[in-house]
Amino acid sequence: MEQYSLPPKPKNAFMKRIRNIVIAIAVVALYIWTFTSIDIDWGRAIERSLNNFQRVIPKLFSPDWGALGEVSLSMLETVFIAFAGSLMAAIIAVPLAFLAANNMMGKYFSIIGKWILSAIRAFPDLILAILFVVAVGPNAFAGVLAIAIGSTGMLGKMFSEIIESIDMQVVEAMQANGANRIQILFYAVLPQIIPEFLSYAIYRFEVDIRASSILGIVGAGGIGTMIIFAANNRNWNEMGMILLAIIVVVTIIDFASAKIRQKIV
Amino acid sequence: MTKGKSVLSQASSETNKIPTLYPAKTKLQVTVIFFTVLIIYIFSMYWTQREMVGGVGGALGNMYTVIKKFFPPNFAILPNILDPLLQTIQMAIIATTIAAIITIPLALLSARNVTTFKPLYYFSRTFLNLLRTIPDLVLAVIFVGLFGIGVFPGILALIIFSLGILAKLISETIEAVDMNPMEAMRASGGNTLQVIWYALVPQVLPQYTSLVLYVFEINIRASVVLGLVGAGGIGLILNQQLGFYNYPNAMAIIIIIFVVVILIEYISNKIREALV
Repeated sequence: MEQYSLPPKPKNAFMKRIRNIVIAIAVVALYIWTFTSIDIDWGRAIERSLNNFQRVIPKLFSPDWGALGEVSLSMLETVFIAFAGSLMAAIIAVPLAFLAANNMMGKYFSIIGKWILSAIRAFPDLILAILFVVAVGPNAFAGVLAIAIGSTGMLGKMFSEIIESIDMQVVEAMQANGANRIQILFYAVLPQIIPEFLSYAIYRFEVDIRASSILGIVGAGGIGTMIIFAANNRNWNEMGMILLAIIVVVTIIDFASAKIRQKIV
Repeated sequence: MTKGKSVLSQASSETNKIPTLYPAKTKLQVTVIFFTVLIIYIFSMYWTQREMVGGVGGALGNMYTVIKKFFPPNFAILPNILDPLLQTIQMAIIATTIAAIITIPLALLSARNVTTFKPLYYFSRTFLNLLRTIPDLVLAVIFVGLFGIGVFPGILALIIFSLGILAKLISETIEAVDMNPMEAMRASGGNTLQVIWYALVPQVLPQYTSLVLYVFEINIRASVVLGLVGAGGIGLILNQQLGFYNYPNAMAIIIIIFVVVILIEYISNKIREALV
């Protein structure tokens, strides 16, 4: 019978083991620090939940249908905020994406573009909303601006990745035939990227519906305004209605957007 | 692209006419869709600005003077916000860890190739879809109502919110695995647990870790703003400072949040690149 033996150990096994041990210690230390220094007031949380459970949970599941009109109007505003915001973002993101893509404008512009996009992405939507509420006042347009800027970061990144993945042979063929830059853009680049751009823009609209439904918490319009009022007044029946509206609208838009995107790509 | 090429080659035979890339029917459709989108956009812009005092021009002109109030940021408050900042990160760590554990059975239940019992698969899929429709801050508002102001409702909101995303992403990863090792294990008499442990886990583990880190990034962003509704962390301080109209302090907090988010994302990205 043939003898089987283990293959020889790779040479860097020792260094790898050291590295793994260091990582393990770091992770364990992180967890010890986290769990020992977080202060959760268990007593109060349990006491409160015992008091509130009966008052809150059943009411959430028996929505206040009387508020249907008001809730649907706010939800409609939320959809408008998301629509206007994501369309603006889709338009602003296009030049930024061309700037950030490394096969279009050259290396240095690409680095600048990528930095701009990741700087925008680092701001949470709500922080942007706070800034715009201070700047243009507490209304839905602050929400539109927050969504527009917030989505530009993500959309620009996606768009630039799409541009980087296009077939450059078509571009070269057109260059060889003596086409100018505008012609190359319209006949070689755009036909390759438009379907995917649209698909991502529609996907972003889906995400923005969720984002815009909470902007009202800082005063930027939409259904979030009602959420914060319902919570402050402990009106949990109305909160149930709001939740129901959000779930229904988000589900419908997710479904529709998935169908449209399937058709486009 | 083949369409484009063939049209372009046709063009050489009839050089006096500029070729079009698309048929007339598509053009009509695109025009109709374009105008519908434009109309909805104009209406949205009108609707969202109807309550605005002074219109867009006034507001944008005003923006400069208002933004000026935020500068220069007052970094003297740095020692006071260090604790809530660390608390924010801790909330994200705890929530991500717990979500990463709970997500395993949920992801297995909602993966088509593991859960062969159809009703159960559809049930868990629908459950996850519903879970994902509720925004994190709405969950936080409800949990603050239930458990009072503090870190605990924030962590709970983060867990449930990230559970929906994580379970969906991981179940998709599971659905994309190579089924041959699993079949081989089953053929040689492995039970369900053995099949999962020896054939599925080694294939999914790198992506699993990477996705957990990704969700950790999302949780950091989310936990930053949870304090706005009283669910602990740095958002609470930010809300207070905004309430006092103390804009230089607020700007300092926003800049620090910005730096921390970028830093954590950078580290997490490096780890993920090393993993996959």
